[in-house]
Amino acid sequence: MEFEAVIGLEVHAQLKTRSKIFCGCSTAFGAPPNTHVCPVCLGMPGVLPVLNKKAVDFAIMTSIATNCTVARESRFARKNYFYPDLPKNFQISMYELPLSEHGWLEIETAAGKKRVGITRIHMEEDAGKLVHDEFAPVSRVDLNRTGTPLMEIVSEPDMRTPEEAGAYLRKLHAILRYLDVCDGNMEEGSFRCDANVSIRPRGQEAFGTRAELKNMNSFKNVEKALAFEIARQTAVIEDGGRVVQETRLWDANAMKTLPMRGKEEAHDYRYFPEPDLLPLVVFPQWEEELKARLPELPDARKARFTSQYGLSDYDAGVLTSERELADFFEAVMASCKGEPKQAANWVTGALMGLLNARGLSISESPVSALALAALLTLLDSGVISGKIAKTVFEEMAETGKAPDVIVKEKGLVQVSDASVIEKAVEEVLAENPAEVTGYRGGKTKLMGFFVGAVMKKTRGKANPGLVNELLKKRLDA
Amino acid sequence: MEEKARKISEEDIRHVAQLARLHIEPGDVSTFTRQMGEILSYVEKLDEADTRDVPAAAHVLPICNALREDEVRPSLDPEDVLKNAPKRDGQDFLVPRVIG
Repeated sequence: MEFEAVIGLEVHAQLKTRSKIFCGCSTAFGAPPNTHVCPVCLGMPGVLPVLNKKAVDFAIMTSIATNCTVARESRFARKNYFYPDLPKNFQISMYELPLSEHGWLEIETAAGKKRVGITRIHMEEDAGKLVHDEFAPVSRVDLNRTGTPLMEIVSEPDMRTPEEAGAYLRKLHAILRYLDVCDGNMEEGSFRCDANVSIRPRGQEAFGTRAELKNMNSFKNVEKALAFEIARQTAVIEDGGRVVQETRLWDANAMKTLPMRGKEEAHDYRYFPEPDLLPLVVFPQWEEELKARLPELPDARKARFTSQYGLSDYDAGVLTSERELADFFEAVMASCKGEPKQAANWVTGALMGLLNARGLSISESPVSALALAALLTLLDSGVISGKIAKTVFEEMAETGKAPDVIVKEKGLVQVSDASVIEKAVEEVLAENPAEVTGYRGGKTKLMGFFVGAVMKKTRGKANPGLVNELLKKRLDA
Repeated sequence: MEEKARKISEEDIRHVAQLARLHIEPGDVSTFTRQMGEILSYVEKLDEADTRDVPAAAHVLPICNALREDEVRPSLDPEDVLKNAPKRDGQDFLVPRVIG
């Protein structure tokens, strides 16, 4: 029997505010334990939470960008449970009246474009951090993260493969980064994903029993965990067993999911409206103001890159996958007159190769957009050859020097003086009589050998077009 | 009164006590069941009010959107934060191990 997977994703994204959602404590990452806490986020009696306007702005912007309908009125609720990372013994979240609902975003799949539905987006506070001691039977509690603003983005169970889930996550991540409402750092937990996955015989309408997967801190791990889990559930059913509903943790070292240890307790959160917070009412004017402030989003920018710069769908997709990368490309284009296709090749090729090799992000690039533009201008105006440009680029990455300085210092200016090149051609032909005979006898592939020899003689500086032309002229004469 | 008081079961009482992490003596369960039932019956008086045309409200005041600007304000001194901690290690709270 052939099975298909049904996948839904829940993303918790940390909103990029300076202060917490209900108090003025800092949200900065990496502070010493328990230094960013106050009576409000500690859950002391008698305190009142006050909602951070910017956190709401960010969640509304995300809702608009993901085609959700923002509720006129939403309401915070208390989700009650006991756990040491939650000092109030309840988490302030949203329940029956979330901020927004019924959205979608579009992903690219092997079979073309596909819409993935978004069920809802709601706001809530994060919990603290627990570190379990390796030796003693104790856990350490750091409440700095308590009260950090989160939005939870819940998708419809619309994805059928791990690749589709990965595409959805990358697209959502890109949108949040374009909006600049979340720093998107998966390692530090500012963008976390839980996945619900079940399988069913292909063609069957009803869902199978699902497992919830947690603990995946990269896109790749989400895809791997889903692939493992789909194979595991398929094997269980093919062996005549039944999938149990449970939470499983991805172990990235063992490359498998394992059932979460601990008591199998049916949760009873007893949600009720948060009495300390007033209803949140999003008036149309508020939503309109934010809508006007939205930047160009990934899909629109990609479409513009193909129409304005004549780039291929693929190049436009790579360049717009990250806002910073797209900004970088446009900064290069703004200050050089060269072909967009050539600039795109340099950014996606040499530059991204360099960044990957050094483990840097585009914002940490040792070669600035202006410097790359200067290099492309030298190349475009024929001052240097493409081969020399690669050398200059490497030198720029190494020393941070401007390309024209490097070209001058190393004497790399392209030689386009025909008399100089002619002299080198004559020398090469005189030094290699056997190859000349061979070429004239029909071994035209030897042209590459002659070009290489001339380039070597001119230390790579000869204009390659001219070298070819002059060689042909002499050899074919 | 008697009949309504039976709406809450002994099982409910044990469940609520467990959720609230309260230890109750088995001998007290029936007493609490009766007392809780009486409290609920009293509150049920509210059912007599006709609320068909009244929208559900979580607040009594006709106001909304109490918001603050995104400004960082000083946090507490960690010594004050940890003052009530039964156990601490450095600046961490220590609690009994909660996993495995």
